[in-house]
Amino acid sequence: MDNVRVIEVKRSIFESNDQDAEKLRSELKESKTFLLNLMSSPGSGKTTTLTRTIELLKDKYRIGVMEADIDSDVDARTIASTGVKAIQLHTGGMCHLDADMTRQGIKELGVEDVDFAVLENVGNLVCPAEFDTGSTKNAMILSVPEGHDKPLKYPLMFSICDVVLINKIDVMPYFDFDLEKCKENILMRNPKAEIIPICAKTGQGMEEWANWLSKNIEEAIK
Amino acid sequence: MHELGVVFHIIDDLTKLGKENELEKIHSVTLELGEVSGVVPSLLNDAWKWASDKTDLMKGAELIIETLPAVTFCEDCKSEYETVVYGRTCPNCGSSHTYLIKGNEFIIKEIAAT
Repeated sequence: MDNVRVIEVKRSIFESNDQDAEKLRSELKESKTFLLNLMSSPGSGKTTTLTRTIELLKDKYRIGVMEADIDSDVDARTIASTGVKAIQLHTGGMCHLDADMTRQGIKELGVEDVDFAVLENVGNLVCPAEFDTGSTKNAMILSVPEGHDKPLKYPLMFSICDVVLINKIDVMPYFDFDLEKCKENILMRNPKAEIIPICAKTGQGMEEWANWLSKNIEEAIK
Repeated sequence: MHELGVVFHIIDDLTKLGKENELEKIHSVTLELGEVSGVVPSLLNDAWKWASDKTDLMKGAELIIETLPAVTFCEDCKSEYETVVYGRTCPNCGSSHTYLIKGNEFIIKEIAAT
């Protein structure tokens, strides 16, 4: 033990992932693929929203979906039934995906055949926010039953999102959900966030969401 | 679960560092952890013990956690205050136009190795 040396590291543990994510982002730009990182709590309607979104956009763009789950392939099978390419990524017990795992998924999906790739992240509002996946844009879904105070409880998640979908607005009368308060809470954390209220089940607001996506996909593939 | 994920990242980084510096054994790892980084030190320790034991380089290495205080800045009255005590509302002027200036760090500070 007498020759123990102390090595100063001074390195953020997120640093190597952040660098890797930047690299993946430029690779995607090069290959003209738009990657959306979709995050939310479990049960907020990610898969239903995605299924509806695919229906609206599949004639316009070549779509590929990566489903991240700790286990199972239930979601990938649901998405595959819409006719687009879907693959399952197992995180092996991990609570989030990092840039390296995303790159492996993208490779499996094949960028040359995809304009619009979606990464359905693990259902969780904490960890996915800390690990940049290398996506072109970050989106999250907050559903009405979760409550309008969620932006206050999970500030980091809301601060990194380019767009927030407020889902299940059809059940708003049954919950003490204040839409204006919710928007205010989101904008306090992230003044640049776009907020789109939707109901994936009835289709309300879905057109506005599809327009937001089309605008961003066009930007990426031109 | 989050703690285990970050432990895997620490192990990856240190494995690389070990190769670069031709290290045989890492005896201790010192982390600087911000007060509001969202990581629970006791869980981090458990995850570290479990995962580091599976490596030759880090087996048995002690994890030393140094806490960094969280500080929030108020844009309206330009003051700084303790985040953990007062949250997002400035105790001096009541404004909510505040942002965190430090406290969410997660840094590998240094290691002791042979």
